[in-house]
Amino acid sequence: MIGSSPENRPFTATRNACKLCTPLGAALVFKGIRGAVPLLHGSQGCATYIRRYLISHYREPIDIACSNFSEQTAIFGGGANLKIALDNIRRQYDPELIGVATTCLSETIGDDVPMFIREYRESCEGQDSPPVVHVATPSYQGTHMQGFHAALRALVGQLAEGGSPPGRHLNLFPGMVSPADLRHLGEICADFGLPAVLLPDYADTLDGPLWTEYQRIPEGGTPMAAVRSSGSARASLELGAVLAREKETAATFLQRTFQVPCHRLGLPVGIDATDRMFAALAEISGRPTPQKHLRERGRLIDSYADGHKYVMDARAVVFGEEDLVAGLAGFLAEIGVVPVVCASGGRSGHLAACIAERFPDHSQKGIQVLSDADFVAIEAAAREAQPDFLIGNSKGYSMARRLGKPLIRVGFPVHDRLGGARLLHLGYRGSQQLFDRIANTLMAAGQSASPVGYTYI
Amino acid sequence: MASIPILKEREKQIHRKGAQPFSLTCGQHSLAGVVSQRACVFCGSRVVLYPIADALHLIHGPVGCAAYTWDIRGALSSGPELHRLSFTTDLREKDVIFGGEKKLQRALTELIDAYQPRAAFVYSTCIVGIIGDDVAAVCRQVAREKGIPVLPVHSEGFKGTKKDGYKAACEALFQLVGQGQVDRIDPCSINILGEFNIGGEAWIIKSYYEKMGVAVVATMTGDGRVDAIRRSHGAALNVVQCSGAMTTLAEMMQERYGIPYIRASYFGLEDTSKALYDVAAHFAGNPEIMTRTQSLVREEISAITPELQQIKAAVSGKRAAIYVGGAFKAFSLIKALRYLGMDVVLVGSQTGNDADYQTLREMCDDGTIILDDANPLELSKYIIEKGADLFIGGVKERPIAYKMGIGFCDHNHERKIPLAGYEGMLHFAREVYRSVTSPVWRFAPTRAAAAKEVSP
Repeated sequence: MIGSSPENRPFTATRNACKLCTPLGAALVFKGIRGAVPLLHGSQGCATYIRRYLISHYREPIDIACSNFSEQTAIFGGGANLKIALDNIRRQYDPELIGVATTCLSETIGDDVPMFIREYRESCEGQDSPPVVHVATPSYQGTHMQGFHAALRALVGQLAEGGSPPGRHLNLFPGMVSPADLRHLGEICADFGLPAVLLPDYADTLDGPLWTEYQRIPEGGTPMAAVRSSGSARASLELGAVLAREKETAATFLQRTFQVPCHRLGLPVGIDATDRMFAALAEISGRPTPQKHLRERGRLIDSYADGHKYVMDARAVVFGEEDLVAGLAGFLAEIGVVPVVCASGGRSGHLAACIAERFPDHSQKGIQVLSDADFVAIEAAAREAQPDFLIGNSKGYSMARRLGKPLIRVGFPVHDRLGGARLLHLGYRGSQQLFDRIANTLMAAGQSASPVGYTYI
Repeated sequence: MASIPILKEREKQIHRKGAQPFSLTCGQHSLAGVVSQRACVFCGSRVVLYPIADALHLIHGPVGCAAYTWDIRGALSSGPELHRLSFTTDLREKDVIFGGEKKLQRALTELIDAYQPRAAFVYSTCIVGIIGDDVAAVCRQVAREKGIPVLPVHSEGFKGTKKDGYKAACEALFQLVGQGQVDRIDPCSINILGEFNIGGEAWIIKSYYEKMGVAVVATMTGDGRVDAIRRSHGAALNVVQCSGAMTTLAEMMQERYGIPYIRASYFGLEDTSKALYDVAAHFAGNPEIMTRTQSLVREEISAITPELQQIKAAVSGKRAAIYVGGAFKAFSLIKALRYLGMDVVLVGSQTGNDADYQTLREMCDDGTIILDDANPLELSKYIIEKGADLFIGGVKERPIAYKMGIGFCDHNHERKIPLAGYEGMLHFAREVYRSVTSPVWRFAPTRAAAAKEVSP
């Protein structure tokens, strides 16, 4: 059974959501821009809950300001609060950018945020005030991933400038991946001699060393100049198989507006998908894949050979945000694991097609794709599917515990382990780490189940 | 740390104890654009009602409010665990346009059928307040159909502060109180209010009272049960721990049912003992209770004193900063830290009132910073300026401490270790010890620089 439309939901209520709200994704994007402060336009709780949620994964200070609505604000509109908030952020943080994301509250009362910002900027004339980017993120539309991509679209839409001749650099839209992934992608591009602008880049802002004094805005992030120059890049590379099926994204906007050629690929997990990314980088840079990475690819295949028996025909339940689920399913396909349940709280409508593309024999294999799914629905499907392991974020832990199956933690959030920010998923190297974790998980399960308890496997 | 500016509007919420007269502004809305550590009305309601384990908690709104509060707390249950699930109407655009009442009704009906709860709480979020769903009417209708209490919680995020959320929760609880049978309730009986059973704290406290000969009718809301709350008006006394959260309910019960209430705290030896003695004193007509209380306190304290003394020797003289939700908890923490020989150099709360801050000021040493509704910039500025070795707060304060190379103890609802009672004090002391004496801090740049200055 491929696909499940929202109308087929067994319950009206969502029970243990497998998704988060749009402003979270937007705030995360702004945390990846150098000198930026995210501002949520709405109630205090939104900013606080999102901060708390992000902090528990990244374990870093995450300052997200809020326009702190009161009842009067909700009645009379949030214009005054937004302007006070912008003022106060400038006074405290001296930012290079303020990223304003709306919430369900400000969207529903119909605040005209672009107009408020325009008025604010007019009132600041003659002052050195930072740009303010606005993104509409009503939380009743989509998930945190929509918020993430909408914020990127807003950033380039409001800041990108064209240029002729175009620059030599690449815009890399990696999606909502880990700081370790961002670092690795940066390294790969550098190895191709390709100046790359990661949009966003929270590798340092959300995974950095201790400080000698409190950094109002942590070091790192995509420089504002680089955001501006995204319109004059040599090309854009956008990662995410589901994203690639969306009509309007940051990369397609740059292509349409500034003729920046756009390469849209799935997340580079596994050899096939990573090969495609390296091929694209080779084409863009005009250089072949560097030896270093060919060696990593070689070692990955070597480990596939060493471990194939342990993983072949194993059954996995994969869950999380759609692009990650699609990427992982492709990776599992190439090592012989059957992702018997592929589930996401997202409902782009593209996940089923992405999985079907990778598994033309999905119905014979009994692969179920669940969109707009919550964890109760995923657990029901998982119970039916009898998986050997689960792979997804740490919110699946209680399900894994009840099913008595191991959970391999990937993606976001990882709230019950250290190092969520340092999980590497992408490229040959990330695939290697995932492969070893999967094979070792299955080996450990076999070892525990063995009456002998072999120590030499 | 001169580089961190304090906003002029915030200056009145920061006090440095010393010569100047004390006046601290509090109880105000947070300043727009400030990264306040506070949450919202919804958060206040959710915190209070969260541990009622046999009730359905349905959050009416888009997905976020429910997702961010799914199973995040350490509130334990001795039986059902419905409170650990996250239910939401997950409003979509169409619902926002056409109203969410039908969806709410369907959701409630299906969930009640599936989970058979003893009651249901329906939390209104920001957007519900705006689109104007008649949540109370839907609740009434479903209650009639299903024969269980279905209680609206008016917790629209923007309608005030977290404290208003506490009040909304108390109002919802008060709907339950008085509905049950009160025969066969011991005359020497209490309700425990404002105790949330983090890591089993309610069980610890309850066991003390039972050993004293005092029956506990209901714990509200830790390890809470709807039926116990329904008969809680049969108790002789309400003992309120988290005063900010539950005094409203205690007052309502006093007015309607004539049940007196006293305030208590179970953090630290001094406050725990005082709480038990106060309850024993209330039942003076039964002098055996006091006798049993005295021997209980003696036994409990003597059992843990040797280890506490060892820890004290190790942490004595270290400096601590406290930033917690309610000020009442801060009082206890100051006493507990002093017992361990530590100095409190900063103390603040999200929701303190005038009287709370007066008390704090009286308790603090000269030079201590007192903060209302602080933010990461202020907290980091003062913990460094005051040379804190330990920060006590919640999840949002933790990375501030760690980034600056300072030990941290979690003292909010998300922790999983019981810190209440005598046993809790031992857990607390052990955690303080492990945190401040860990050898890792010498690698922190702030400490490394300080060490360099000292050594020749």
